Amino acid sequence: MIALLVRDLRLAMRAGGGFGLGLAFFLIVSTLVPFGVGPEAAILSRIAPGILWVGALLACLLSLDRIFQLDFEDGSLDLLATAPIPMEGIVGVKALAHWLVTGLPLTLAAPVLGTLMNLESPGHFWIFITLLIGTPALSMIGAFGAALTVGLKRGGLLLSLLVLPLYIPTLIFGAEAATRGTAGLSASTPLLMMAGITAGSIALLPFAAAAALRVNLR
Amino acid sequence: MSLWEFANPVKFMALSGKVLPWVIGLCAITLIPGMIWGFFFTPEATNFGNSVKIIYIHVPSAMMAINIWVMMLVTSLIWIVRRHHVSVRAAKAAALIGVTMTVIALITGAIWGQPMWGTYWAWDPRLTSFLILFLFYLGYMALWAAIDNPDTAADLTSVLCIVGSVFAVLSRYAVNFWNQGLHQGASLSLDKEEHVSNVYFQPLLLCIAGFILLFLALVLIRTRTELRLVRLHRLDVRERMKDA
Repeated sequence: MIALLVRDLRLAMRAGGGFGLGLAFFLIVSTLVPFGVGPEAAILSRIAPGILWVGALLACLLSLDRIFQLDFEDGSLDLLATAPIPMEGIVGVKALAHWLVTGLPLTLAAPVLGTLMNLESPGHFWIFITLLIGTPALSMIGAFGAALTVGLKRGGLLLSLLVLPLYIPTLIFGAEAATRGTAGLSASTPLLMMAGITAGSIALLPFAAAAALRVNLR
Repeated sequence: MSLWEFANPVKFMALSGKVLPWVIGLCAITLIPGMIWGFFFTPEATNFGNSVKIIYIHVPSAMMAINIWVMMLVTSLIWIVRRHHVSVRAAKAAALIGVTMTVIALITGAIWGQPMWGTYWAWDPRLTSFLILFLFYLGYMALWAAIDNPDTAADLTSVLCIVGSVFAVLSRYAVNFWNQGLHQGASLSLDKEEHVSNVYFQPLLLCIAGFILLFLALVLIRTRTELRLVRLHRLDVRERMKDA
């Protein structure tokens, strides 16, 4: 499983695309929003946590179809399926690799982009913490969606239609926690709820994703 | 006679063909009088005027929209556990009706909201969760439409339905939290049922019964169509195998 993780990370680094693309997309979204809503500092700092969360979510979505698609096309997914590790483990490792190359960089970049959006001072910490806890759920849910659509020729658009509704609870709690934390209120309730969604997704969704993969490899 | 016997489409077709006219008849004799009673023979409500009468479409369709998703969850589970071939077709048939009911509930709600609240749309928890439910229906139906092989499509959509149900419930509570937690005092209460007087409640009950029967009739018709489509697909595949 570690070998698989290292392989996926290497592929992501060397083949280009996924790794930098998500970050660049995140940067562009954060740059575009002030053009759309105007440069007033007060408005920007109020909507900054929400915009950063939506931006991170969309950036995460961009690279989802690469989780299984390439391996499915060149046949290595079939080999992985016959390997002595369970399918659930493969899904988990793939989601972890996806998180390491998109979720983690997004989390690290978000406080910096927050400065662009005139985020208040405790906000940098809160956006970092909420994204750190929330993005694993985004990767895991995304891996489930990718497993559903792996057999399809043009699954990209369908994938976003399937995955975005599933992202709603994570987004609500994540953005809520970040907003409350920035405003100086207690953010523990939404933070714990989001942590619960992340933990539940990591515990249960590999089984659903593995079931979908088995159907698609049949 | 057990549920499992009707996993055989032939048996299901035979029984549903016999039952269908009765269901349609029952639906007609509940829904039509219920609507006429509700629209023409109830008084105008104070503060509501005539707009109260939209309740006879709005409430039953909203109830059905939620309950149809629950039915899809149950039928999907039955397919996954026992590979009950009619069950999963019924889920697919129900999705189409469910999404229609959701749209009807949203539109009638908007039409009702304009004179009552002064707005077609508010980010009220209930309204928002219905919009989310609509998105879930769309995703489910899009997945059905995208996959050619009927058995693969059935498996994948069933998995999606189960996972989606969990997230739909999560979203419902997240949305509740989101709007009541921060923006205090949402003054729009949609808990009308407890405040509805009998004058409106009796025709409403009749309409709800009518909508349930309407759904039953439609889902039977649609399931029969789906089963015939699967049969067509299989015949088509067999024909092509012969040529090859």
